[in-house]
Amino acid sequence: MLLLECPCCGQRGEETEFHCGGEAHITREGPGADDAAFENYMFERVNPKGVHFERWRHVHGCGKWFHAARDSATLEVFGTYAAATHRPPEELLETIRAKRPGFKWRELA
Amino acid sequence: MSDLSGPTPVLALGGAAFDGYVRVAEEPLRAMFTLRGDLSAKALKNAATGLAAVDMPGQGQVALNGEHCIAWMSPDELLVMTPWDEHAKALGQLDATLTDPALNYTDVSQARALFSLSGPDGLVREVAAKLAPVDLSPAAFPAGSFRRSRIGQVSAAIWMPAPGRIEVVCFRSVADYVFTLLRDAARPGSEVGLFG
Ligand SMILES: [Zn+2]
Repeated sequence: MLLLECPCCGQRGEETEFHCGGEAHITREGPGADDAAFENYMFERVNPKGVHFERWRHVHGCGKWFHAARDSATLEVFGTYAAATHRPPEELLETIRAKRPGFKWRELA
Repeated sequence: MSDLSGPTPVLALGGAAFDGYVRVAEEPLRAMFTLRGDLSAKALKNAATGLAAVDMPGQGQVALNGEHCIAWMSPDELLVMTPWDEHAKALGQLDATLTDPALNYTDVSQARALFSLSGPDGLVREVAAKLAPVDLSPAAFPAGSFRRSRIGQVSAAIWMPAPGRIEVVCFRSVADYVFTLLRDAARPGSEVGLFG
């Protein structure tokens, strides 16, 4: 069971109060993109064992979207942060580096 | 009221009630309004406090006085309730106060169902805790707390107007489902003693 804290309303709840919206920080390629970039956006997703970044929605709560960083193997939640950002906050990355030395996720490490 | 206001509203379950180890009851109709916009905007605050005559609630809180209340729903949403007989007056007041297009309201009075759980404080908390994944211990959920979550499989909001009483609001379309769950949770013999 995941325990998530919604950064929008401050409520701490377990995962059935939320809904996962898939991988975080995906660049949505537009009509100008080449086939490879569009294919990557459309189909390519990581499925790591360990540190993972996702979008979540507080569906039975305040209704807002946000981001979460968690460990897909232990279900530890490292932190949650605002939806409107391209990158996790540096402070959160520091926390993850301390807990999971040498972690890699896409271009983040 | 003109004919345009439609037929006299009826409760979803006709005021159903069940006396279990706590009492579960459908509450009389209240006027309910969702107010959306910047919660720090003066016009929005005035609209809410003007209807309910209570202070603005803090995050995760409900400010109330009897059937009048303002509940904090999200960073840009309030739920304001008044007794039903103030409904028509409230609509006029909201139209007059919320003139900024970035601030708006919806009348949700007949889109919601409202239930109460009443009885010994620990048991009332326990019945709600059987159905919602929320820490309802007295320390985590004191009187005045307001929490949106789920009851069984549907969205609901739970708040504690006073010790020994919890009120639950859900979509009217699932009123029967929620009442049935609450009734089952309050069935005599199913006490857990979770909160002493
Ligand atoms: Zn939330």
